[in-house]
Amino acid sequence: MNDPIKKKLKLKVSAISEGTVIDHIPAENLFKVISILELDKTHNMITFGANLDSDKLGRKAIIKVSNQFFEDDDINRIALIAPHAKLNIIRDYEVVEKRIVEVPEQVVGIVKCFNPKCITNNEAITTSFTVLHKEPLALKCKYCEKITHEHQMVIK
Amino acid sequence: MDYSKEEYLRIMELAAEFEQNPNQRLLEGKVVATLFFEPSTRTRLSFETAINRLGGRIIGFSDSNSSSVTKGETLHDTIRMVSNYADLIVMRHPLEGSARYAAEISSVPIINAGDGANQHPTQTLLDMYSIIKTQKTLDNLNIFMVGDLKYGRTVHSLLMAMSQFENPIFNFIAPDELQMPDEYKIHLREQGIRYFEHREFTDFISEADIVYMTRVQKERFSDPIEYEQVKNVYILRNSMLKNTKPNMRILHPLPRVNEIHPDVDKNEKAYYFEQARNGIFTREAIIAHTLNLI
Repeated sequence: MNDPIKKKLKLKVSAISEGTVIDHIPAENLFKVISILELDKTHNMITFGANLDSDKLGRKAIIKVSNQFFEDDDINRIALIAPHAKLNIIRDYEVVEKRIVEVPEQVVGIVKCFNPKCITNNEAITTSFTVLHKEPLALKCKYCEKITHEHQMVIK
Repeated sequence: MDYSKEEYLRIMELAAEFEQNPNQRLLEGKVVATLFFEPSTRTRLSFETAINRLGGRIIGFSDSNSSSVTKGETLHDTIRMVSNYADLIVMRHPLEGSARYAAEISSVPIINAGDGANQHPTQTLLDMYSIIKTQKTLDNLNIFMVGDLKYGRTVHSLLMAMSQFENPIFNFIAPDELQMPDEYKIHLREQGIRYFEHREFTDFISEADIVYMTRVQKERFSDPIEYEQVKNVYILRNSMLKNTKPNMRILHPLPRVNEIHPDVDKNEKAYYFEQARNGIFTREAIIAHTLNLI
């Protein structure tokens, strides 16, 4: 593993010199993560791999974004769909920092309120929730005050 | 509406003042919009009476068929427009959370006159005013809630408000299908408040200070046979009031169907019509408080 040539052979997604690697994303949520982090709008180089083998997740996805670094508030937005995601901050091909994501206290946007009679499902309104429980997730809608549980969660 | 205990008591105090002197021209020169996106004759008339007694002028509509909603206007646009016209908006809307959303958009205060199954805060305040008026206190009361405790928003809001006061006891009487939802029972347990659940409606109401009756609505039942089985179980009759406490009073948000037998009406413990009357004074108090008129 210490042999750089072997290591390179093992990499299924090419290494980056500067930027952020987001690992351990559940494979099925890769494109949602891309959308939440607005990586579909960036001009930075992005490489990603999907359906990679993972001991923890079965199938995982990984995203490598060159020359882009994220604030905690931004990255925590993916905690709802990728709770075990890990970030590696890369400088000159080396990992200089590792970070984990955390479910925030407030969730703005991202999730739909499960209540069909909530005003947010009937007009163009950004949803807003207070996080009551992190595991399993329970989100209280700021508007209708109903609680959306993890199994009812739909990502917008 | 997230009132503190002090604010509840302030509204009660103001309501008592308006009951002494209902006609005060505090809204002179002001325009109040009553926007009823779904019809509610009782609530609208109560608000409009309160506004008139305060000397205000009223604009608005009594159901969405007579507003631009039928042309596809969003709530957002309606509120933006009306908040340019009026000094205060009283709003009833079938969707949950609509009042909070409107309050975010509006440049003038919004009073929630009911947002779907979510909240009906002015009903809660008039219920509390009726309780304090008849019991002289909001502390140490044994409150029986009867009927549809699952969907009845008035009982939920009243439970949350009363649980801020000292040492209440709740008794819930409902069929299996219409039991008090867990989230409210969890709230009571967290607050260390005692509650008891019953399936049968019998003479143990002798303990009660307040019996809060609600309508068991046929449309809530998935199985019509179940409705037929329970619809006559939760009827309060005059004969059941024999051994009740002298201070006990019967409340009902109205309209009633058959859950309070007409023979109860002449009993001095029947309080539901006075309760509706209290709504006027309470709403005058809420308007005055909201606009800082006193």
